[in-house]
Amino acid sequence: MNSTKVLDVKGMSCPMPVVRTKKEMDTLSSGDILEIYVTDQGALADMPAWANAAGHTILDQKEEEDVLTFFIQKG
Amino acid sequence: MTMMKMTAAQVARKVIDNQPLFILDVRNRDAYEDWKIEGHIFEYLNIPYFELLDGVDEILPKLPNDQDVLVVCAKEGSSIMVAEIISKAGRDVYYLEGGMKSWSSYLEPIKVGDLTGGGELFQFVRLGKGCLSYMVISEGEAAIIDAVRFADVFTNYAKEKNVDIKHVFDTHLHADHISGGRHIAKATGATYYLPPKDATEVVFDYTPLEDGLTVKVGASQIEVGALYSPGHTIGSTSFIVDSKYLLTGDILFIDSIGRPDLAGLAEDWVGDLRETLYRRYRELAEDLIVLPAHFMMIDELNEDGTVAKRLGNLFAENHGLNIENEEEFRYTVTDHLPPQPNAYQQIRQVNMGKLTPDYDEETEMEIGPNRCAVR
Repeated sequence: MNSTKVLDVKGMSCPMPVVRTKKEMDTLSSGDILEIYVTDQGALADMPAWANAAGHTILDQKEEEDVLTFFIQKG
Repeated sequence: MTMMKMTAAQVARKVIDNQPLFILDVRNRDAYEDWKIEGHIFEYLNIPYFELLDGVDEILPKLPNDQDVLVVCAKEGSSIMVAEIISKAGRDVYYLEGGMKSWSSYLEPIKVGDLTGGGELFQFVRLGKGCLSYMVISEGEAAIIDAVRFADVFTNYAKEKNVDIKHVFDTHLHADHISGGRHIAKATGATYYLPPKDATEVVFDYTPLEDGLTVKVGASQIEVGALYSPGHTIGSTSFIVDSKYLLTGDILFIDSIGRPDLAGLAEDWVGDLRETLYRRYRELAEDLIVLPAHFMMIDELNEDGTVAKRLGNLFAENHGLNIENEEEFRYTVTDHLPPQPNAYQQIRQVNMGKLTPDYDEETEMEIGPNRCAVR
């Protein structure tokens, strides 16, 4: 997937992954894709819930060796 | 204005003392709906923290000025962030130290009553999870029943009371919480008892807890006697302490009865459950005070915070003890069950000694409400 930008928040705990994602998303344009790496397991539920509430779309998400990767398209 | 922390112990006092509290729960809606801090007169507002990143102006009018406002999240981090925003907006506010994780693990020890010869019986109320553990104390000795996993709480309390823990019991192989029983026994040299029928797969040494077994605690010889009462599990055993208290484990609760399905054998065990509740317990003295291993709802708390009720009253009032038709009883406890507790199969494996998760993993397994009863 072609992401516009990559955000690495591995090692950060709640609420920072969502806070940083939101901040990054605010700098992007509609249709852009942000690729995020998170290790905080709380993001599994929070990231989709936030994206949904903020009008963004999760295009893909996966988990490999405790690292969650999200591809979120700005709405 | 100021942001202050509130501990789980302080919240527990507010629950027990019937105090008001306004809880702003900033977890996800699903998490909140599944499980929250319950108080008799608490008020709630649930807004996920990520909906407050642009400010709290919208919710400020909803926060009361005449009572404490407590921000709660899963672990603590986002509650501090939201509380900071609220305090910057000019309001006094608390956050819950350690979040729901710390709420889930807090135990409040409350004295249930006196025993013969100066002995005492304590109930440890785990408000966040609905677990109840017991300590029988008499003249320098203690017996513990259904200890939850925080072994230190019990060993420290014994030290404070200046007693030696001699006997540690589990009424059955728990599926809803991780037992601290064998760890307490190991740390203190006490004997650890488990019903052998529940222990067929355990990988550690234990002393069989058989029907009729009696241990004596202290110089005045307070009796803790075992009564086989299968139905929640095949090995479930109750205790009668000092001819006065009936510790029912997960067989009988204040407003509900045990569920027979957590080891996967609902159909097999429903008959045992019926036999225990409608025959064995019926033969006991109605003046016994029932002390279960769990509670479901905050309404089951007495005024002093204990969970306890006279057996005779339960025979009259508990719906599960008043289903005359056997088929209807069978239906109620097999086809009518609430969702199973979080990670209950893993928790059973931990209690068998087959899984040894670290502290955080154990916390994660125990997240959520207890669900060992049917109503």
